[in-house]
Amino acid sequence: MNQTIFDKIWDRHVVEKIDDKQVILYIDQHFIHEVTSPQAFEGLRKRKVSVFNKERTLGTADHNVPTLNQDQPIKDPLSKKQVDQLTNNCEEFDVKLYDLVHPKQGIVHVIGPEQGLTRPGMTIVCGDSHTSTHGAFGCIAFGIGTSEVEQVLASQSVLQVKPKQMRININGTLYPGVGAKDVILYIISKLGVGGATGHFVEYAGSTIENMSMEGRMTVCNMSIEMGARGGLIAPDKKTIDYLSTRKDKVKDWELSTEYWNGLKTDSTASFDAEYNFDAAKIAPMITYGTNPGMGIKIDQSIPELSGESFEKSLNYMGLAPGQNLLNMPIDYVFIGSCTNSRIEDLREVAQFVKGKKKAKDVFVFVVPGSQEVSRQAKEEGLDKILEEAGFEMRGAGCSACLGMNEDKIPAGKYCVSTSNRNFEGRQGPGARTLLVSPLTAAAAAIAGKIVDVRKVEMA
Amino acid sequence: MKKFTNISSQAVPIPMEDIDTDQIIPARFLKSTSRAGFGANLFRDWRYDQNDQPKKDFVLNNDTYSGSILVCGKNFGCGSSREHAAWALGDYGFRVVVSSFFADIFKNNALNNGLLPITVSQEQLHTIFKIIESDAAATFDVSLINQKFTCPSEQLTIDFSIDPFKKTCLLEGMDTIDFLISKRETIREFESRHLVY
Ligand code: SF4
Repeated sequence: MNQTIFDKIWDRHVVEKIDDKQVILYIDQHFIHEVTSPQAFEGLRKRKVSVFNKERTLGTADHNVPTLNQDQPIKDPLSKKQVDQLTNNCEEFDVKLYDLVHPKQGIVHVIGPEQGLTRPGMTIVCGDSHTSTHGAFGCIAFGIGTSEVEQVLASQSVLQVKPKQMRININGTLYPGVGAKDVILYIISKLGVGGATGHFVEYAGSTIENMSMEGRMTVCNMSIEMGARGGLIAPDKKTIDYLSTRKDKVKDWELSTEYWNGLKTDSTASFDAEYNFDAAKIAPMITYGTNPGMGIKIDQSIPELSGESFEKSLNYMGLAPGQNLLNMPIDYVFIGSCTNSRIEDLREVAQFVKGKKKAKDVFVFVVPGSQEVSRQAKEEGLDKILEEAGFEMRGAGCSACLGMNEDKIPAGKYCVSTSNRNFEGRQGPGARTLLVSPLTAAAAAIAGKIVDVRKVEMA
Repeated sequence: MKKFTNISSQAVPIPMEDIDTDQIIPARFLKSTSRAGFGANLFRDWRYDQNDQPKKDFVLNNDTYSGSILVCGKNFGCGSSREHAAWALGDYGFRVVVSSFFADIFKNNALNNGLLPITVSQEQLHTIFKIIESDAAATFDVSLINQKFTCPSEQLTIDFSIDPFKKTCLLEGMDTIDFLISKRETIREFESRHLVY
């Protein structure tokens, strides 16, 4: 056979072909959150239909939640209404919900894997573009719109056209100070924000194989930032080891592991597009503009390009073509979001800042991806280390990844952020976002300016 | 969903590339639990300044341009999957968006809401911008049945492609959710023999 992993999973989930292109695709796991689901539930109500399979949907509140005083009612009335609405909808339609006070609450893409709900070979959707994160486990996971959320609630299926396929191979060893986030920022800077549109990406190669599950999630998470429908990585021993502590969600462990072990792209399979990258060429990365493709190696200068979009972007950022970002003072450091808020990220940051103090004029906050991550960080004493460095530890949620809750970056301020999007106004109206890895963020927090973590570590 | 009928209209140009859905409708306006009313905040931060005053240089605040066709630079609708972007464009009065490239999720969202995304080549897009630039009152015709985007006064005719199923949905105002509900038995049967590892 010459099938890709994607083909194998896709074929197993086609309920029916509508025409040459459209299929009814069965969905194994559906996640919902408060922002993109209310109109879908409203639709069910109007049509007088129930949720097709309640067992396969899980809800959580993440986008609107405050990260301070989470035990108290949400102050913003509209945010509160949306979160309350999710609770009401889940009650009315009998869908399981990890609400704000639930010990398993968190960012939807952090809790899925954490709870063992994300597994190889599955189809997973959520009304959220970063659903691509789950692909790290070797499944087909992609973001959908609210009409499609309603499709899934009503039929446990979506109407889809099979996307084209791309493989990105990354081989070699990463230099110290260079991590998974740098790898994906590098790839996006090379392919551009539309570089993978229409495609589903498989990441392969020794660099990916050597990455932890957390690192793989970071890579798959940002697939959408180059326009990809999703990204996936073949399951291996690491994937299975990760799941072995979450066996309760798996019906037949023996049978499942046997299937997972066989889930590989055939050597004769072909892709619509293929790219190769050398890990040794990747350096700590930073973005300078208002889309995630506008990234450079941290010691490089901003390119001297032209065009209306480019100029508008640099104008918004208050930066100039040819400018070097090293030593530029910054105002905020945000460590969080579904890209980099897992326990491994917090460990890496804590290890770096241990015994150090943040720079005086910088506000640094760390927002764990879930209550579970938060608890584990406490257990390991990471919270103490970070607090001693002057970092503020918050409760779980999307926080300053998007300007929807209380955590916003003020207009004109520079925020070094471990999140995934640097769009105009993403972290609040007028906020200026510089996307980096957790390690580079930690180094910036200590220095109060942009620094090359490779130089800092050597010193 | 309303049936999609032929359109004859002026066009509104935004020649910017990579317009993301955070620009189309910023996150802080996503808190509504209904589908209506998003048009007021369409392109909010490009349209209004921090004191909520209209920005004179933005095309939606310029009376010269109007109509139900929006023309934008490549990679329109990238970023967040928020369907609110399609709702906001529709609510504002747009029925068609023309670009040389659409982000996947946006395209699906648009089609699911009766908003027609028309993909043209980079050169064709350039020509359309030129036409609007020289005559803001130029009229464009959209025929979905014939899959044609034309500007009669300029002898411009562009054939566009669309997925046949989506075309039927738009023309007949067919709702994909009702369609899937009608398939529930088939899906139930599939589910009964489908193994989730
Ligand atoms: S952390 Fe950011 S990108 Fe991730 S789900 Fe939340 S808002 Fe979206």
